[in-house]
Parts: sequence; structure tokens; C-alpha cells
Amino acid sequence: MNESSQTSAPVETIALTRVRITFGKLETMRYVGNLDMHTVWERTLRRAALPLAYTKGFNPRPRFQIAASLPMGATSRCEIIDVWLEQPPALEEIQARLQRSAPPGLLVVAVEEVPLQSPAMQTQLLAAEFEVTLLDAPPAGELDRRITELRAAETLPRQWRGKAYDLRPLVEEIERLAGEPPRLFLRLSAREGATGRPEEVLSALGLDQLSGRVQRTKLIFPL
Amino acid sequence: MLHPREIEDRLERILLTVQKPGRYTGGELNQVVKDWEGASTRVALVFPDLYDIGVPNLGLAILYDLLNKRDDVLAERAYCPWTDMETAMRAAGIPLYSLESKHALADFDIIGYTLPYETLYTNLLNSLDLAGLPLFSAERGAAHPLVIAGGHAAFNPEPVAPFVDAFVIGEGEEVMGEIVDAHQAWKHSGGERAALLRRLAQIDGVYVPALYDVRYHPDGTVAAVVPLCAEAPAVITKRLVGLLPPPVTNFLVPNVDVVHNRVAVEIMRGCTRGCRFCHAGMISRPVRERPVDQVLDAIEASLAATGYEEVGLLSLSSSDYTNIVDLVQKVSQRFNGKNLSVSLPSLRIDSFSVSLMDELKELRPGGGFTLAPEAASERMRRTINKFVTTEQLLDTARDIYAHGWTTIKLYFMIGHPLETLEDVQAIADLCKAVLAEGRKVVGRKAKVNAGVSTFIPKPHTPFQWVSCDSMDAIAEKLALLKSTLRDPGIKLTWSEPNVTLLEAWLSRGDRRMSAVIHRAWQNGTKFDAWQEHFDIDAWYRAFEAEALDPNFYSHRARGLEEVLPWDHINSGVRKSYLKQDYQWSQDLRFREDCREQCFACGILPGFNDMRAGLPDDAWKCPPVKGKKRIPA
Repeated sequence: MNESSQTSAPVETIALTRVRITFGKLETMRYVGNLDMHTVWERTLRRAALPLAYTKGFNPRPRFQIAASLPMGATSRCEIIDVWLEQPPALEEIQARLQRSAPPGLLVVAVEEVPLQSPAMQTQLLAAEFEVTLLDAPPAGELDRRITELRAAETLPRQWRGKAYDLRPLVEEIERLAGEPPRLFLRLSAREGATGRPEEVLSALGLDQLSGRVQRTKLIFPL
Repeated sequence: MLHPREIEDRLERILLTVQKPGRYTGGELNQVVKDWEGASTRVALVFPDLYDIGVPNLGLAILYDLLNKRDDVLAERAYCPWTDMETAMRAAGIPLYSLESKHALADFDIIGYTLPYETLYTNLLNSLDLAGLPLFSAERGAAHPLVIAGGHAAFNPEPVAPFVDAFVIGEGEEVMGEIVDAHQAWKHSGGERAALLRRLAQIDGVYVPALYDVRYHPDGTVAAVVPLCAEAPAVITKRLVGLLPPPVTNFLVPNVDVVHNRVAVEIMRGCTRGCRFCHAGMISRPVRERPVDQVLDAIEASLAATGYEEVGLLSLSSSDYTNIVDLVQKVSQRFNGKNLSVSLPSLRIDSFSVSLMDELKELRPGGGFTLAPEAASERMRRTINKFVTTEQLLDTARDIYAHGWTTIKLYFMIGHPLETLEDVQAIADLCKAVLAEGRKVVGRKAKVNAGVSTFIPKPHTPFQWVSCDSMDAIAEKLALLKSTLRDPGIKLTWSEPNVTLLEAWLSRGDRRMSAVIHRAWQNGTKFDAWQEHFDIDAWYRAFEAEALDPNFYSHRARGLEEVLPWDHINSGVRKSYLKQDYQWSQDLRFREDCREQCFACGILPGFNDMRAGLPDDAWKCPPVKGKKRIPA
């Protein structure tokens, strides 16, 4: 190291850009858990050869945040990840490179730049919407009766991983969608510590938890 | 068999009920999905252990890549489901299926098993059963897939001979294509299954056990292994590739965590050190190295193809790679600052290794510096032919600590031939001495992790005749280590002696052992390498039911003139050489690295024609002095 590099001038920091990627988790990815999704993203970003910003410390990791965990087995086209980059190429180029580098089942829907100081997505999430395709649904009339009953209930006491909770306030909306096969529309609370799970709603309707094919259709943030 | 669509529908109902369902879905980056109908030969490659262990296996990755490069061949994968998934599959009537297309294994033409270690044998049976196939080769007909197996364990195929139609002995790169060709020719001919087996037996390196009769002496030792037809050669010599082909670079990238999440580049095959306990070192001769540039290009290409953060440069002895300094310097030049880690396992115990690792310091994987002295007394080091002085080891340790590592991992074996308690005490003393060096350099931060395994005399090694150490002696030796190594700076881990015992039975068995394996599987054994499934009593019951004595296999010194159950399998190293080397071990006589001097192990005359067609330095065997002509 020569003398000139050790002057007392302030260290030049590279300006970061925060990029928000809307992505889809499709059929072949639906059984990949949330922890593993972080690794899937890390490798996708590396293959895309984007100028990733790394965390400091002994074991530097690329800086990114996934907005919301998706229940195992669910598909989605509306997931969000924020990635911090150093002097990245144009957004279209980022999107093209990412899609080329993504594994089967990971779809890059949109890429936009967001202000660096935007709050963390996880803390902002209010609710999520789902469409659940029912594999062995009761007749429509019976299903409607159960939905009406669920809506009318004051409380829906349930257990999740050994902990008692009330499902009812977490179900913001529930409807049967027209058409075949039978489908449900759900809008469930997704606040920290108050997250509704689609398969729990199936149970509350007297359906097998494994008899629904779950798709998340929207993440809802404050306007 | 169920159609793939039906298998998928049934899977959807069970996958959320099992742990880590991403193991069972396929769909990984770089998986190859070919048109089922368009392929003439469909091969299912099976690693009969959990997905997490199987995916990183390099052998299977090589075969997957090479078979799928053929237009007329399709290769897919299967692994053993964990017990929760197996139960769910059996309840739902789902047979073992391939991850790529979800076809039942029974729909394939060829099922190819890789058997790198013997504790997979019950999983081999269990997976055949889960696939809905008859377990015994003799019970399978022309409509069933051909079941073949290869890998290091296949060098003694006898314990699983009745379950497998054909074994590949040695390296699979070339012979796999020949097997596919023979299968295609047989399929066109519309012949009986027996005709296929006779055809396969004529391929060099392919062993078809059904074409041999094993005869025994009244005392249970083998009298002879007799070929039953003209197509079956009396001795099956292993296959090897003269030059290593360019390495695989488009590795599968699993979506769930597996045991090694890394790119693996084999820099060298074979080893010239001649450690007498080492199965791999004896059966993978001669030494062949990949050129530095080929290794570098492979690293670059595979990182781009996978996005992995870790590279493993694999060989049996990294320090012996001719251009190791050049390789390490270029790796660090190209990859420093890219948030990668590079591992260089199997380093020699000297300061040279420390300087190599130091060169890679920016690419250093977390964790300690690993050395494998295997023994700690001069007598034992001479016996096993892994000679390093204590002084040299302590110098190296000091150097390692001085270069910033705080943990040194030391691997030892106990139960070596001729070993006494004094030799084991020397292991404890050495661990303490290494720690003392560390404390001088880095103080209380210094750590030693001592890993102790139990020696198994493996087939095709100079120790193949010796008995395993008695279970009492092993217990006494382990107790000595446990009581002596109580320092908070030393962490002792050891392999469970009973697991080692099972490995000894399975690796040293004859064909009669297959009945024990079958019975043990019926008793419920599987995943024998997994502590939570290991059940030694089920094995003892199986021996008893089959009226065989386990000690006959593990705790009996075999006569030098005895026909060993694996004698008809030729690893390329002569039995006479192994005998001499065994004698040398008894005389505490050290044999040098055979890069320096040829000791006529048999590889050169055995593969004379192959060598003649290669560049002089393709194999790291030195020129043979004296006799000009090598008698075949």
C-alpha cells in the first residue's frame, strides 16, 4: 500500500440504489420454504452478476429483504424483495438479467427503484389476499352456508403450533368465487403478530387443510 | 405403474405433511428434462440416501451430465425419501419416482445406483421395494428395468450381488455409454433377459454376478468363484479413463439446503502416497491431474452457472498436485474480493500447506485448519505408511496458529494393526502438544478438535487380511482418549464403534452376506449411516437367522493364501504387491511416495496399452527403471 492511499481524506462511499422487485413463486418453487428462498435469491442475484451491496462484518452477505413470508405450498405472482445495489445498470437490464438467471418457478414480474430510506416492507404489511382452489369442495350451497357461518361467528378459537388464538379477526374478507373448480377469495390480516393463514381458514370451514391449492394474489400496504 | 400425472396429483396431497418437501419435487436450476418419448434409453440414476446427501455427490453429477449429452438417452434422478415421506408415499400408493418427470422408476430402462459406501445397502433394497420391483435379480424379467450399480463400494460387490444385475467396477465415464449401447442392441434383438446379462458381461469392467457360482470350503471360506458361461471373464478388471475429461460445470442447484452447497472441481484422481489403510488410494490409481487452466475455467463456468458461494477443489491429496502453487495463486488472483470461499482439503502436514492456505486467506472458508496424521507414534506411522514426525507436525501446527487460525482439526484412527494402548496414549499426548503450541501463539483462543474413527481393513488394501481390533480393545482405547483429553481447549469426537463394525461386515462380506442384508432389511433397517436409524440388534438377529457368524467377517485374520471374496475383482493393484506391502507393514517398513520411484503395484503393466497411447506425463507414474519391457 502506498502513502497516498493513506491520507486522511474521508473515505468515499459508493452511492447505493434500492431496487424493488416484484416476483412470482410458481409451481416448481411452491415447496421451497422462506429461509431457503433467501438462498435461492442470493444465488439468482449472483448469477445475474449485479453489483450487490454486501453487509459489513465477518461474514458479509448481499443486502436484500423479502417483504413477506409465503406459506409453504402456496404460489404467488405478487411477492416483493428489496435489493441494495452499487451503481446498477438500467432497470430493464436488471430485469432481463434477473429473469435469465432465475431458477424454474421464479418469475421476475417488475423492477422499480425506491427511495433508500423507505421503511422496511415487513413492518408495513397490513394484509394479504389469496385465492384458494378447493380440491374436494362440498356442493356450492353447503360451502356458502359454511362461509356465512364463519362470517357471522364472533370468535374462531384455534390452535397454531400449540398456541391458542382467535382466527376470526384475522379474516377480513371471505367469498366464494364463481366458476369451476370452486375457489375462495380470502383477505387475511398480515400484520406482525397477527397473520392469518389460508389453511387455518380451510379448517375453520371444515375442510382438509391439504385440500386447497393456495395462491397469494396481493400484498396490501398503507397507501 | 402410475402415470406421472397421477403421481403428481397424489404428491400434492402429501407434500405439505412431510419435512422439507422441496427434497421431493425436482425443478432445480440446471436439471435436465428431456422428451420422454423421444429417448431410446431412459436411465434413472439413484443415490440411495437422502436428497440432502445425494445432490452434492460428484460421481452422480458426472454420469447425469454425460448421459444427458447423448441425444438418444435421457437420465433422471431419484434419492431415498426420509421415513416420513416413505410412510406417506406407501400410504398413498406412490412408487419411487424420478424427480424430473415424475415417472415411476419401474418405467425406466436402466436404474443405475451409485454406492460410494456400504451402509447404503439396506437403502438399495428399500428403494427397489419402494419402486415396486423384485429385490432379487433372478426374479426380474425382460419387462423390468436393468439394475446396475457402481462406486467405491462395488469393488467388493458380493454382499449385494443377488440384488444387482450388473456392477461397474471402476470409473464410469466410458463404460456407462457402452452399457447403454449394449442395452439398445439387446432391446432391438428382442432377446431374453439372460441374453442381456451375457452381453453386459462381455464389456470390460462389468461384473454380472448371476453368471458366477461361488463355492465354499467347509470352514466357510471361499473355495472359488467360477464363471458359469463363456461370456463371463474369470477376473473383472476395473475401468479407468486415461485422461480425465473436462469437469462438469452445470451443477444442479437445489432449492433447499443440502450438505455441501458448492461447486466441486476434481483437480486430481488417484494418490501416490500409499497409506496402507486407504481404500480410495489403492483403487483409484494411477494419478491423473487436470491442467491448471482447465480447473480455473471450470471454476469460472460453474460459478456463473450456479451462483454458488463456495468452491471445493477435490482430490485425495491436494499438496501433491504438481502445479498446486500455480493453481492456488491463480485462484486467489481471479477470485479474491468476490465473496467466495475456496476449500482445499487433504493437505500434507507441512509448512508448505500452510503457505498454500495462506495464499487463499481471502477465500478462506470458516472453520479450522484440518490435518490428518491418522496415527501419533512412530511405530504406528510406519505400520500404516503415513509418515510424519511429531516435530514436523508441531512445527506445522505452530505455523497454522501463527497465520491466524485458532482451531486445528486433527483426524486419527484407532484400531490399526499392531496398535497398543501406548500408541493411543500418543494420540492424546499429541493433541495436547498441539494445543500447547497454539496457546503459546494465540493464548486461550487456541482450540484442537480431535476426530477419532476406527480402522476397518478394507478389501483391495494391504490390510485386507487383518482382523478388526476387538470391540473390547476399541472400548478401552476410546475410554483412554476420553479420560485423557479433558481440556476445555480440546474437543474430542469419535465414530460409534458399532457403526464401524457394521461397515466392516458389509465391506468384507462374501455373497452369503446378502442373506443377512436382506433379513436385516426385513427387520426394518435402513439409513444405517444415520444415528437415529442405526439398529445393531436388528443386524445381530439377521446373522443369527441366517446362521452366519459376524466375527467370521470382521474379527478373523485371513490367511495370505485364502481366496478372498473379492479376488475376482481386479483393482489394477496386484495381490502380490498388496502381500508385500502387508509384510512391509509388519516389518515397520516405510514405502515412499511412488511418484519418486515405481514399486510395480501392477497398474502400468495392467494398463500398458492405454498408457502407450497417452502423453508421457498423463499419469504421474515415474519412468520404470531397469527392464525395458514390462511383462503383461
